[in-house]
Amino acid sequence: MTHTNTRPAQGAELASMLAAIGCAVLYGLPNQAAAGELEKWDFDAAVLQYVESDNRVQATEAVVGATRHFDTETSLNLKLTFDSLTGASPNGAMTDDQPQTFTRPSGRGRYTVAGGELPLDDTFHDERTTVAAQWSAPLGRDWSYSGGLQYSAEHDYQSRGVNASISRFFNQKNTTLTVASNLSLDTVNPEGGVPVGLSEVAEWGSPTFSSDFANSRDGSTADKQILDLVLGVTQIIDRRTLMQFNYSLSLSDGYQTDPYKLVSVYDQAGGTLQGYRYEARPDSRLKQAVFWQTKYQAPNDDIIEGSYRYLFDDWGLDSHTLDLKYRWRFANQYLEPQARWYRQSAADAYQPYVTTAQLAEDPQALTADYRLGDFDAWTLGLRYGYRFTDDREVYTRLAVYRQMPRDVESDVTPADAADLPDMTALMLTVGVSF
Amino acid sequence: MKPLLTLSLLLLLAGCSSLGVKPWERDLLAQSDMQLVSDPIEASLDDHVYFSKEGSSGGRGFGGGGCGCN
Repeated sequence: MTHTNTRPAQGAELASMLAAIGCAVLYGLPNQAAAGELEKWDFDAAVLQYVESDNRVQATEAVVGATRHFDTETSLNLKLTFDSLTGASPNGAMTDDQPQTFTRPSGRGRYTVAGGELPLDDTFHDERTTVAAQWSAPLGRDWSYSGGLQYSAEHDYQSRGVNASISRFFNQKNTTLTVASNLSLDTVNPEGGVPVGLSEVAEWGSPTFSSDFANSRDGSTADKQILDLVLGVTQIIDRRTLMQFNYSLSLSDGYQTDPYKLVSVYDQAGGTLQGYRYEARPDSRLKQAVFWQTKYQAPNDDIIEGSYRYLFDDWGLDSHTLDLKYRWRFANQYLEPQARWYRQSAADAYQPYVTTAQLAEDPQALTADYRLGDFDAWTLGLRYGYRFTDDREVYTRLAVYRQMPRDVESDVTPADAADLPDMTALMLTVGVSF
Repeated sequence: MKPLLTLSLLLLLAGCSSLGVKPWERDLLAQSDMQLVSDPIEASLDDHVYFSKEGSSGGRGFGGGGCGCN
């Protein structure tokens, strides 16, 4: 994320530009060859508009995908994603009775939040472009493999990824075992430099502001490496049912901290605000997850899909996710209600604020980022699709996503859910496949 | 955890050998709506939103990296 004020980009413009480039490439071919070549391609494009309540984050995300089929099992998929975010994001500090003034992350300016208001950094801005290529092909009769590359860039974040997977078919291809791995090398170069974890946030207007700000910085970039491993079994149960079971492991090593998040310091619970510290997270994280999914086509052709994920990590966070979809199909149209429920328990380093006594004990990790706290969330959505042919479709989806923090029950730093960030977001997607 | 996982995987594979369909019974399963991820674009848009807003990611596929949003 960046903290500049530039014009929000239009994802839809990018999508139409890409379509024009695709057409121009094909235009160079003789008509017959172009038509033949076009038949080997599938295209997908979608635009998501995401809007949070209370003028928080707004995002537009445009995706264009193109798949070239070389035979029934060999293909090359190319994908371009562009997203643009603007708005305000919670900076981690607690709501206070008094107005609060914060130094901007760049160190060049400040913003003030009224008493009783949740502190939001209102200059949140980000534009991200991702390109990805994925090759998939069979290896003899009983094996298949896939390999891919991904690169993404934002003003203050870059990521390079490489992935590979191999699958083995058993039991007349009714059972598939897959091993997949991904390595991602990420670099963050935050506005104003990398904050020293748990250092004091320089106070705007203080005579020593310049030296305080410089002392709270440690270089301009930080790295992390993420290694993912997924073991999966896919099983066809009968003519109408299939099932998948995954175990996944994700090891992230390096800088995990959000450089823009703060923690409020109080003399005691319900006491007086003393200042702010930058958050600090442990420098490695091992996540594990089990994931189960099943899909069933009812005799009336409707499709029911359900999945469950249990995730836990060595930060003490765990979560349950339940996802249900019912695709009601009629003639060449369908209507799909969707529901998702998510419950997360906080990471050990999470607390809504910190006391001066706790800081005196020199904690190693501390975050007040609500995304690592205790909360429940649900999503309700409805998707409608119209099919011209089997592989030509237009669709739209409207979904509501709601996050509800839970009370923080602690002897030292208790907090009421009403004082923590809750959020409702609307998501509208329009897409086309041809 | 590990022995339990190995055991469940073995049991699953053993149990799986009696499940499934003949090659000519794959008509319904071949439909695009019956793929495990029937719309990869919708899945990637969702993953990006939830990755940015929650402490969990991955499970269905890879969970890490690629975005400064978390």
